[in-house]
Amino acid sequence: MTAQTPQIQLRTSPHMKRGVTVERIMLNVVLALLPIVLFSIWQYGLSALALIVTVTATCVVTERLFNRASRSASTLSDWSAVITGLLLALTLPPAFPLWMGVVAGVAAIGLGKVLFGGIGFNVFNPALVGRAFVQAAFPVAITTWVPAFSPTRFSEFVPTTFTVPLMMPPDISEWARQALDGFTGATPLARWKFENELTPVQDFLTGAVTASAGETSAILILLGGFYLAARKFLDWRIPVAVLGSAAVLAWAFHLHDPGHFPEPAFVLLSGGLMLGAVFMATDMATSPVTPLGVWLYGILIGVVTVSIRYFGGLTEGIMYAILFANALVPLIDQYTQPKVFGQRRSS
Amino acid sequence: MAIPGQQELTQLENFMEGIWKQNPVFVMLLGLCPALAVTVSAVNALAMGAATTFVLLGSTLLVSLMRNFVPKEVRIATYIVIIATFVTIVDYLIAAISLELYEALGAFIQLIVVNCMILGRAEAHASRNAPIRALTNALGMGLGFTIGLFALGSVREILGSGTLFGVSLFGPDFQPWVVMVLPPGGFFVLGAWLLVFNWWRNRTPAATGTLKPAEGHSHG
Repeated sequence: MTAQTPQIQLRTSPHMKRGVTVERIMLNVVLALLPIVLFSIWQYGLSALALIVTVTATCVVTERLFNRASRSASTLSDWSAVITGLLLALTLPPAFPLWMGVVAGVAAIGLGKVLFGGIGFNVFNPALVGRAFVQAAFPVAITTWVPAFSPTRFSEFVPTTFTVPLMMPPDISEWARQALDGFTGATPLARWKFENELTPVQDFLTGAVTASAGETSAILILLGGFYLAARKFLDWRIPVAVLGSAAVLAWAFHLHDPGHFPEPAFVLLSGGLMLGAVFMATDMATSPVTPLGVWLYGILIGVVTVSIRYFGGLTEGIMYAILFANALVPLIDQYTQPKVFGQRRSS
Repeated sequence: MAIPGQQELTQLENFMEGIWKQNPVFVMLLGLCPALAVTVSAVNALAMGAATTFVLLGSTLLVSLMRNFVPKEVRIATYIVIIATFVTIVDYLIAAISLELYEALGAFIQLIVVNCMILGRAEAHASRNAPIRALTNALGMGLGFTIGLFALGSVREILGSGTLFGVSLFGPDFQPWVVMVLPPGGFFVLGAWLLVFNWWRNRTPAATGTLKPAEGHSHG
């Protein structure tokens, strides 16, 4: 891959240089993700651990293999492949078969990242590309959920974890019923959408819900976000715009028809909205650079997410909302260029 | 080909053009509409390839024979009428041979008439060469197109249904990759093949010869 380095036109001084490298930023993102990863393992046990390790290792190995194939220097030291792997694993159901996790990891790095030229050149968030691929390929496995805090989670794996590669995962509804009484196998979003039954907010805060591996720890996600925003490693306006627009829209719908549409708190806490808003929408390479564009981009994600949840066929919309907004980033950047002071329009 | 400054190709090279150097699917990226749409299984891919090859051979022969009589101004219209004639023949043929296949291929049999690979051959080769020469090239192109379709169809059938030519490869527990039999699967597999071929070409620069991977128009 012969990625061309874009020429940056520098303006006149003064310049302030901050000794921040890509490695440092990425390492901090990994640090911010670690509590979520640990919480996920505590919640879902061995299967989540195996999935996170497998997916992350796949992403790293895939990146290395593509580096070798294109005869370029290894790009592993910038930690971005690790982040992609961790994020991707956190968006998958904890009992996702490991071989499908490998497919997701290869798709994430292969399709989502290196084909565009590697870090900084990708158009779409690589982790979400990987998830979108396995969602399209294995629609059943990616909506098979297991209970959180099952008593045997540290002594045995979920039967689907070690599915033979290329084979269908076994049916785990019976296993799940034994592991936890009264387990329905549906996420809070699905239960709201299809059974009109709301999950209480405190369940979300304690993580006692059925969800993808990293979706349940809203507090830890927000803490990680605050940490990165405080160190200026992510643009705080993006999560604020995403969550704010989603909350406002949800609130408007709730006022209109409280019987059918849930409260904004439910919308914010359920599904992957929080994780997506803080860690995926803010991906530096795939978000706008202009101040106005950042707001537009965030609002677009929030609105599309809520629209898909309320009116689409899927229960969760954050993934497609971010991918859709990613595709519009060049356009947003183009139309929101700030005015350059001291220059007159040449025409 | 009657391009100035280019050496006349031998018959074998002329035949091999379509299979390797100017493969319609992998190099010229022509006729992608059927290449993406009907390649959900190996059988469909082969049938589509055979039907296209038949139309290509028939139209090439006629266009080549009539190349000195057709006024330049109406040549495209003439080609389309000739191609449409053979498409009608192949449409009825497939319906008579296998109704199941006919339904699987659907509108894409009739759409061979606007396959830009066929029109491109008529315009660029058949109308400038004697029948035998034109036919040799057309046969290579048809085979190349069929190989391209089969490369797509076999991968998509193996991953998307776990079968090849309807024979189960992995047993009943196979987990189908649903995406592979959906339209995005066509793009993914085509992209993967292009990646492999371009990587191969870049690895062996001596083998590429004078022709670079052409930029094609992806319609038809």
